[in-house]
Amino acid sequence: MVDSSVVLYGQTIAYTLYVIVILLVMAWFSYQITRGGGKNIVKPALFYTFVGFLVVLGITLHIATHETIPWKPIDLNRDKIKADKVFEISIKDHQFRLPADTLRIKTGEIAHFKVTSDDLTYGFGLFRKDNSMVFQMQVVPGHMNDVMWEFVRPEVLTIRSTEYSGWKSDKMVLKDVVVIK
Amino acid sequence: MNLYKTFMDGEQGLFKPITLTPMQKLTLRFVVVGLVYYLFAVVEGMLMRVHLAAPGAMMDDKQFFAIMTAHPLVGIFGSSYTIVFGAFLFLVPFLMKKPLWSFKLANWTLWLIAIGTFVFWFAGFLSHYSPLYTLYWPLPADFTQFSVWGGTFFILGIALVMVGTFLFVINIFKTIAYNPEGHAKQPKGVLASALGFRHLKNADGSYYVSTPVAAIARGTVDTVLNAGIITFTGVLILIYMIAAILGYDLKHSAIDALLYKNWFWWGLDLIADGLVLIFVAGTWYLLATLITGKNIFMEKWARIALFVEMIASWFVWSHHLMSDQAQPQFLKIFSGEMLTIIELITQGLAFFIVLATLWQARPLKMSNPLKFLLGGLLGFALAVPAGIMQADLGLNRILHNTQWIVGPHVHVAILVGLTMTLYSAIYLLLPILTNGAKLYSQKLANFHFWAHLLGGIGMGAFMGMAGLQGMLRRVVYHNGEFDLYMILAALAGSLLLLAFLAFFYNIVMSVGLRGVLGIFSPSGLDKDRLITEEK
Repeated sequence: MVDSSVVLYGQTIAYTLYVIVILLVMAWFSYQITRGGGKNIVKPALFYTFVGFLVVLGITLHIATHETIPWKPIDLNRDKIKADKVFEISIKDHQFRLPADTLRIKTGEIAHFKVTSDDLTYGFGLFRKDNSMVFQMQVVPGHMNDVMWEFVRPEVLTIRSTEYSGWKSDKMVLKDVVVIK
Repeated sequence: MNLYKTFMDGEQGLFKPITLTPMQKLTLRFVVVGLVYYLFAVVEGMLMRVHLAAPGAMMDDKQFFAIMTAHPLVGIFGSSYTIVFGAFLFLVPFLMKKPLWSFKLANWTLWLIAIGTFVFWFAGFLSHYSPLYTLYWPLPADFTQFSVWGGTFFILGIALVMVGTFLFVINIFKTIAYNPEGHAKQPKGVLASALGFRHLKNADGSYYVSTPVAAIARGTVDTVLNAGIITFTGVLILIYMIAAILGYDLKHSAIDALLYKNWFWWGLDLIADGLVLIFVAGTWYLLATLITGKNIFMEKWARIALFVEMIASWFVWSHHLMSDQAQPQFLKIFSGEMLTIIELITQGLAFFIVLATLWQARPLKMSNPLKFLLGGLLGFALAVPAGIMQADLGLNRILHNTQWIVGPHVHVAILVGLTMTLYSAIYLLLPILTNGAKLYSQKLANFHFWAHLLGGIGMGAFMGMAGLQGMLRRVVYHNGEFDLYMILAALAGSLLLLAFLAFFYNIVMSVGLRGVLGIFSPSGLDKDRLITEEK
């Protein structure tokens, strides 16, 4: 099942490969331009091909993520999806107020987190025990901030604010308060 | 020549400040001030890196976030704006072969930005005013956390910088458009041509307004729009501050936090995704033509890309609000995802055009300007795709506000992409601006290049790795969760500091201490002359 750790792993591999390729290309190019003897003409066709490649690459990225990252279509259609669990959470004075001490969700259930702020702009994110992120969103005062999520594996998660709201925001951590069974 | 004499008089005593025109001196003053603020930003960056690796070792969290607030602003306004504005105030008249419209205004620009930067930095340092550069509402007006007086002086410092910026904009546009006495009369529509709305050409088919000047003009449009938004926002915050000083407590809810976030990011993004990309592309084109002595490859497309980039930069701000769930989905998809692709295309196109221009002129000597130009190209080749990845609704959900954003994207773009481009320009323009001063040490220049390149990419990479493991930006982890990455990032960061110190020492030894001081003495030459040789 695809969750954020799988996507982040895939991104790490893809970007690392890209970095290696571009470093090699630039190293080769830097060496070659100091040398003469070869063909110096760059054909316009190569230029147009490169532009076409960039267009296809940019569009393909978003289509590919829509088709492979499960939370993207859920996020775009969340007003049409009925959640199995709804959690209404508020934040004030750098403190989360949860509807219960522990938020319990079963794997496969779709949970809807509705978070409001009574004063500042905060963030709302869930993190695993190894500190990796499950998801996050911004919490803007005066607006309903909601995210819908399907949890795919049993785990215990920590809530923390993911946006700076003054130096107290570092303390906005509720350890192990979301339990996925 | 012994070391002391070189330190005092420069390499072989070649640099004579008395021979410099007022414009040369003014440009060098911009560069010196910009480099001093770059040192500020690098030292601040290192202090932050140490705090992230060993919290509490050198400062507390309040001081850390005050530095974090000032650091990007010192880097952008105090350093990058100053160096870029100084270079462009010289290059536009230099390339158009006419005097700067107002020397006095250029002087005001320098000192307003220099003093403004010091004022907001000092206000933050003393008072710990720390709403960060994002200023998310109502944090900048939260006086339960921050000193209202500290904030007032902070905003006033920013205001001075913005006034200096407006004067720069006026000076650039007027210099492009005006007809100085004693010079051939320009055709009508030069400014429109510079902005991309007309295509004036010379009899030989070349563009009347050169492509680098066109880039400067188009980037300057974003500069003025950005300055307008920052000024407007500053006035708004100042109203709350003055009310608080007078004992009134204005309601924060009078301002919609999401609407505010939209307009402020619209303005901020005109720097990150507007003027930086346009100015950098224009500088690449200038450097490539000066290094090769050849025309730009596919110049027509280069100019089209600059124009498209200018227009696109007005519509892509929403990629900064993809994690704001109240943001309309249309904006997230259209502005955030789809239009942002244009930046991949325009910047990729500039990258290709510069490489092709260099390729067609080979064999080239691997000079300092060339190697730093290649470093700058590599920086954006690494940073732009990283930015495109985070401007995706699916990936943004797990990347936003992590170290990924500030590592592989922001810092690699600024430190490797932008700064190496600026270094290339400095190495290239140094002989022109100093009437032939000789570089003190090529070995130091080589060290500068490699230490900066490896330091910048290394720091970005380790920050990125931490981000992919869940480390947030703007958070201090006190339990050692990401110590390994932060220590490695700090070591890479220290390479950046060493690189700058090597460069700074090399420049001081090239022009000498007397030379540096001589830059700040008045010139007896004609203000309308750009360099000593020409008339």
